[in-house]
Amino acid sequence: MSADDIRRAVLRLSHEIVERHGGTEGMVLVGIQRRGVPLAQRLAAAIGEHEGVKLPVGALDITFYRDDLSLIAQHPVVKGTAIPFDLNDRTVVLVDDVLFTGRTIRAAMDALVDFGRPRAIRLAVLVDRGHRELPIRADHVGKNVPTAREELVRVHLAETDGEDAVRLEPATVPAARP
Amino acid sequence: MIAAPAPGATWQHRHVLDVDVFSAADIDLVMRTADEMKEILARPIPKVPALRGTSVTIIFWEASTRTRVSFEVAAKNLSADVVNIAAGTSSVVKGESLVDTIRTVEALGADMIVMRHSVSGAPYLAAEVFGGPVLNGGDGWHGHPTQALLDLYTMRARLGDVAGRKVVILGDILHSRVARSNIWTLTAMGADLWLCGPTTLLRGFDAWATRWADGRAAPGHGRFTVTSDIDAALRDAEVVMALRLQRERMDAGLLPSLREYSARFGLTRERLAAARPDALVMHPGPMNEGVEIAADVAVLDRSVILDQVANGVAVRMALLYLLSGGHPEGMSGG
Repeated sequence: MSADDIRRAVLRLSHEIVERHGGTEGMVLVGIQRRGVPLAQRLAAAIGEHEGVKLPVGALDITFYRDDLSLIAQHPVVKGTAIPFDLNDRTVVLVDDVLFTGRTIRAAMDALVDFGRPRAIRLAVLVDRGHRELPIRADHVGKNVPTAREELVRVHLAETDGEDAVRLEPATVPAARP
Repeated sequence: MIAAPAPGATWQHRHVLDVDVFSAADIDLVMRTADEMKEILARPIPKVPALRGTSVTIIFWEASTRTRVSFEVAAKNLSADVVNIAAGTSSVVKGESLVDTIRTVEALGADMIVMRHSVSGAPYLAAEVFGGPVLNGGDGWHGHPTQALLDLYTMRARLGDVAGRKVVILGDILHSRVARSNIWTLTAMGADLWLCGPTTLLRGFDAWATRWADGRAAPGHGRFTVTSDIDAALRDAEVVMALRLQRERMDAGLLPSLREYSARFGLTRERLAAARPDALVMHPGPMNEGVEIAADVAVLDRSVILDQVANGVAVRMALLYLLSGGHPEGMSGG
């Protein structure tokens, strides 16, 4: 995906999310560290533009909730959770860059319910690459990308990587999976 | 998707025996991880499943309330299973029985051990025997690494970077494992460190300071100053940490009397006036009010003694988390 593709996907997702929710009342966005966070901010900005509202945006680090924490050779550096608003009775739109096995989303949902009891949790991702290992699906998908399990989907965003691009790469080393 | 960890940003230590083997980057990583733990502590449910299924055994051969409870709360906040063993405080534990205890605890399923022992170096012996990480909760006069790290965390939370800031540790330096571990962390982070107390309670430290001032400091560590001149030490200080004076020191003939100590080295409002107006007042606890610190000083707005206790939980959570990760072969033993 090019930068323009990403921009259009974010814009379409922003409309879809509002349409599905029937407005923006009680809606908050929570991005999963790292690249879900800038994506959530972009979605909030896009929704702000066409709906004239400023939605709360939070950041969620799921490291402490991973199901493979005891199996990883070295613990990843924690990047920070900041949810400075109440989740009770809100509709939380969880945002991530890539949906793969679903394990990250499982961890994220466990983390979210520690903050309160949302009315609903929806999932928006930029790329769905398949190969789910858990019964999880996205409500809003920027692009479905069929992949082989060993391939790598690299999402680069200007905020974290200096450019906007999504690339599919053949695996070089067996990658650890969330 | 997991981003590959940036080189140098990862934890390289198997144990926390003392802070002398920690680089400034290691200490920074502990501080940043502790920030994340503070965020967890502020949640409605301050608990995450990071150490689920991990068994943490806490063995204290020496009396303690805050350190032991702080470790226990920290481990429970990470969902670890905690086993507490209160070893007799009066029995002299011989090398053999320490080793036997550690082996027994391991056979009972301990994944990590937190220990305090009156013999300096005891955790090093435990670390040789035990298959998992060992955290030192204080050994003899030697070290109290988690205290030094929570002290630094507390200073940074209030002052930001400690580099160049004048930090005074006041009191019985000689018998203080807190002072020794703080020397390592504070000189690693570039603080202007002063140790102040009666000459009898500074024995050996002037030689240490001179050695480092002569350019023979351990790599990555700055120099520090040793003095018995309390007015010089407190002048323009930004942090003043009073240490507990143990009453039994009097019997050893190191001090003429408690009253004289208190008159010459007690931290009072009058003395504190020489420090910066917003200087932080710290104490590792438990306090002897009216001896090393006046009761009205301990409760000043700038006293961060209770912050130290609260931050201790976050720092210990950070260390338990960092140590619970695996470690490749050949990793540093420290």
